[in-house]
Amino acid sequence: MPRFTYAPAPESRAVVDLKPSYGLFIDGEFVDPFDGEHFKTENPSSQEVLAEVGSAGHADVDRAVAAARRAQEQVWGPMPGKERAKYIFRVARILQERSRELAVLETLDNGKPIRESRDVDIPLAAAHFFYHAGWADKLAYAGLGPDPRPLGVVAQVIPWNFPLLMAAWKLAPALATGNTCVLKPAETTPLSALLLAEILQQAELPPGVVNIITGAGATGAALVAHPGIDKVAFTGSTEVGKQIQRTLAGTGKRLTLELGGKAANVVFDDAPLSQAVEGIVNGIFFNQGQVCCAGSRLLVQESIAEGLVEALKRRLETLRLGDPLDKNTDIGAINSMQQLDKIRELAASGETEGAQRWSPACELPERGYWFPPTVFTDVVPAQRIAREEIFGPVLSVLTFRTPDEAVEKANNTTYGLSAGVWTEKGSRILHMASRLRAGVVWANTFNRFDPSSPFGGYRESGFGREGGRHGLAAYLKSALGSDRA
Amino acid sequence: MPERAGIAELADLARSELSLRRFLHGLPGVDQVGAEARAASLATRSIKAGAKLWAIDAAISMVDLTTLEGADTPGKVRALCGKARRPSPHDRSVPPVAAVCVYPDLVPCAKIALAGSAVKVASVATAFPSGRASLPVKLADVADAVAAGADEVDMVIDRGAFLAGHYGLVLDEVRAVKAVCGRAHLKVILETGELVTYDNVRRACWTAMIGGADFVKTSTGKISPASTLPVALVMLEAVRDFADASGRAVGVKVAGGIRSTKDAIRYLVLVNEVAGEAWLEPDLFRIGASSLLNDLLMQRYKQQSGAYAGSQDFSIE
Repeated sequence: MPRFTYAPAPESRAVVDLKPSYGLFIDGEFVDPFDGEHFKTENPSSQEVLAEVGSAGHADVDRAVAAARRAQEQVWGPMPGKERAKYIFRVARILQERSRELAVLETLDNGKPIRESRDVDIPLAAAHFFYHAGWADKLAYAGLGPDPRPLGVVAQVIPWNFPLLMAAWKLAPALATGNTCVLKPAETTPLSALLLAEILQQAELPPGVVNIITGAGATGAALVAHPGIDKVAFTGSTEVGKQIQRTLAGTGKRLTLELGGKAANVVFDDAPLSQAVEGIVNGIFFNQGQVCCAGSRLLVQESIAEGLVEALKRRLETLRLGDPLDKNTDIGAINSMQQLDKIRELAASGETEGAQRWSPACELPERGYWFPPTVFTDVVPAQRIAREEIFGPVLSVLTFRTPDEAVEKANNTTYGLSAGVWTEKGSRILHMASRLRAGVVWANTFNRFDPSSPFGGYRESGFGREGGRHGLAAYLKSALGSDRA
Repeated sequence: MPERAGIAELADLARSELSLRRFLHGLPGVDQVGAEARAASLATRSIKAGAKLWAIDAAISMVDLTTLEGADTPGKVRALCGKARRPSPHDRSVPPVAAVCVYPDLVPCAKIALAGSAVKVASVATAFPSGRASLPVKLADVADAVAAGADEVDMVIDRGAFLAGHYGLVLDEVRAVKAVCGRAHLKVILETGELVTYDNVRRACWTAMIGGADFVKTSTGKISPASTLPVALVMLEAVRDFADASGRAVGVKVAGGIRSTKDAIRYLVLVNEVAGEAWLEPDLFRIGASSLLNDLLMQRYKQQSGAYAGSQDFSIE
């Protein structure tokens, strides 16, 4: 019998004021969708319906784009950068002030542990607004020519894995560079973006500068195909990214895509092993593995593989899965039934194809969408679990013998978003970083983010960078011609 | 995660300065940023209600109630021993602490004051806190404490020798002190604030454990920084890995600057999630402290009654 059993330590829900129904945020106001359609959003850890939100149709998209155009031409575009900065700083400060409310709401709607929404999602979202507010009056010094200009109206479609953080990644650079936005949050996680809309009202952001329209895939499709927009920024699945690229082909509209990944986390025999274990855990079980840059392929040097996997399993036995609002929860709920089905199907394929499946002893709650932390060993590169993005808490362990083989296996993927290298040898880190085909390479860490650090991939992981000076280029017309994001 | 080996094989590693050095430098490195992030993450655990009460009582039973001042007198030591036997005069359900820790010359006084109780007498020795004396002087210091009845000896390693790379010298001293200890338990103080790097802490842990330490201990309390969560993390990993390799469980004692219940509970969480719950008992985990005990009593009272008591409600020692 365990002697030190942590008592439940739930964060209070009282801080969140949930409305039964939410409209669309267009031109500074909450309005009902034109045709009155709504859909429900639920708490994935309990399947409790949280609220209903408006489903935006073509007419609503028209309204939102028109409001954004008007605001861009009359208010936001002509406004001096130092004035825009004041609004963006104000938004950042209010995000910090209301961080607990945002964290609880994010956890309710998404299913992620409150520890993560509190310590990662919300602080990083505020940091993105702070960082980009600082750029707003310094764009002439961003290396994009003496007077880079905004693109105009930007359509932004974001995923459900980091709802508020992705909204911040998209909105902050667009606003700093003088663009106006129509943002569509994911169907299963619209609530934090709608609270952000309230915060934008509180910050007295001029009407129309940011419009937030909720809806399913059809809403997103209508938005990205709208003739009134100048750019699309999309984060989500590779499949949808390809559709968007087809839609925009030949229109002259700008596009940045941040898509899937199947990152290799490469552990050499001279790695700091205890920290490598933590990095592996953080790489694949952070946010239940529902992370595009998740370290889903562990590539470990064969000479230490047995001991490392053993240490990893011991560590996984200590992970606490359960109520996402409990401050001691490490693993929360999967965001939706649809995603859970996908994870189950791919995990089953791993077993069928001959890999060894292991999970720690852990009881899954009866209601809600849950999947235990899972490790596959004896994985070979030809199996689906070594190639396809699972987007869940499932790790595939492969081995290598030499640095060359590590590089070859790490790059043997259609994706190219992120990678990790674990070694105490500095020269090896640099050698690996220059040969790994990934937009982000972490050395002796994983899943670390900072607004000053550009993030993005290549090949089927997309193109364009978000964050840092490079991220600004994706939202500016430059006289230097370096504006291809 | 070294290869599996019995105690004999581990002792064999230490047959020469060269093989000991090869072994210690072959241990996996510690990444500072990663270790500190892991410790910080575990520090966010929220321990409430019954779990908090359990942790408070566990912490009380793991305290080495300590006075190590030049101004220590028999009267001061007797007062400390009284507190150690029964931390709260009002509440008999409060467990006694694990030990009272004093300088060697006050061991006889503590023995008398603690006679008939389960509280152990621990004595610092080996030219504490600096350890700057010859080996015969250090061993005489230990023999003196043991002869006076010390149940536990807290020795300091020769940090100068360690930093100069003379690991064999450090090991030999630990072994020599262990031999003089006889049945007394040996705690080996690493003084991690002087070793500075986590790699050094891990190597010093292994040196002490191979030398026969029953406990590895962070600090003398005389050097800043004393115990920190990441240092304790690295030491708890070391004792866990040593137990895997040798089958022998070595304890960990954290000391210096641990004053609040919140701090103490953070250490217990670390023990629970790093070394495992087998280490959550006074035989394998200790907290060297003085003012901590009253804060634990205050929080215990708060947890049971719902109200805070004033500082005057708790005895000073």
